[in-house]
Amino acid sequence: MSLQATTWQTVGPYFRIGLEYLNTTELAPAGTPGEPVTVVGKVLDGNGKPISDALIEIWQADASGEYGGIVSNPADGAATAFSGFGRIPTDDDGRFSFSTIKPGPVAGPAGTMQSPHLAIRLMMRGLLRGLTTRMYFPSEAVDSDPILELVPATRRATLMATVTPGSPSTLQWNIEMQGERETVFFDC
Amino acid sequence: MNQNPDHDELDEDSANRVTPEARPSQVASYRRHYPGTQPEYLHPLYVSSIERAPRQPLIKLPHTLTEVTGPAFAPTLVNPKTADLTRQNGREAIGERITVSGRVLDENGKPVCNTLVEVWQANACGRYMHKRDQHDAPLDPNFTGQGRVMTDSLGAYKFLTIKPGAYPWRNHYNAWRPAHIHFSLLGPAFVTRLVTQMYFPGDPLLPFDPIFNCTADDKARNRLISQFDWETVIPEHALAYKFDIILRGRDQTPFEVQG
Ligand SMILES: [Fe+3]
Repeated sequence: MSLQATTWQTVGPYFRIGLEYLNTTELAPAGTPGEPVTVVGKVLDGNGKPISDALIEIWQADASGEYGGIVSNPADGAATAFSGFGRIPTDDDGRFSFSTIKPGPVAGPAGTMQSPHLAIRLMMRGLLRGLTTRMYFPSEAVDSDPILELVPATRRATLMATVTPGSPSTLQWNIEMQGERETVFFDC
Repeated sequence: MNQNPDHDELDEDSANRVTPEARPSQVASYRRHYPGTQPEYLHPLYVSSIERAPRQPLIKLPHTLTEVTGPAFAPTLVNPKTADLTRQNGREAIGERITVSGRVLDENGKPVCNTLVEVWQANACGRYMHKRDQHDAPLDPNFTGQGRVMTDSLGAYKFLTIKPGAYPWRNHYNAWRPAHIHFSLLGPAFVTRLVTQMYFPGDPLLPFDPIFNCTADDKARNRLISQFDWETVIPEHALAYKFDIILRGRDQTPFEVQG
């Protein structure tokens, strides 16, 4: 049997109604093994204007590079376990912020290893389909990452978070939809 | 882990050249979309895509462990109340009650069980309970327009809700969205994520809507229209619509057939 996947449609401007109960800006409950990081950034449109109705979803491995875990109901109180999933809308100024732990390296194609990364899905009014991108961590051996190798060298910096001077555990990473520093998006 | 890489399922590209040493890091890829069955990012008739759609070509990403795994969700996210959008604190929402039900399958026809289905919609008058919705139509204090359910062991889901109204938007002169319900599903893997909109049969606004019409393939587009479902009608209470949802499936290979 061969069916065709249902067609995407935009999340539109009102996705908060159905999706916000699961917003998760703290992905790693206290006591989660790993190096804590906070990621802050903005989502910018083709005019460089902040996008205040974007939704970011994150999928990441734990500190040992394992994927898994159960997403619990925020209404049940503080999450008890790290799930690797996060859902974060941008605010009125187009900003997002979340805290998590740095993931471990993960197996890549054909025996390679991938550098620590967050898988990111971006959705918003104006995007008829979600977009996929990745965020990589500073001071990692990203030169050998099998996925970054597929990206033209001149565009790789768009996938790299940078350290905030004076606050090494706070990383900055912006998403730009168009223009000179258009973020690399993947067809997956 | 929700989806273990199944080492016996290899994607077609790698099936002929995989070595035993390489096998442990191989994961079974998901099928790529059929041409024309998904919208292009830039669709100028949908004006907000002009400043928001990427302009550089997307880079083809092989499916690694990152893409073939995905979160699982606690059953406590849903309860009978979150499947019924028609009442708040015991008070009934205004409008035409309907059920919306169907099955979630993958492209190989297998039911997608215990997967989260999230919905949101406008009320019977075409107004969302959202601070940015300025449409001059009444809000209904007994209708928030949000619901969620988990699919059962057959991949089936069912909501009881109110038929949403059409609403104007400012995309172009006299633009109206056809009645629709927004659906969000995650499925078993990062790459099975789907956000879509369900429409109603016979809606006269469908031919004029740039969002509905953004998909080139006629059949793919028309599968977004639910079907009136006489068998599920609840006598004396609610009409019924059926909407099946297909999530991406793994590439099937000769290995699987032989196995
Ligand atoms: Fe809508």
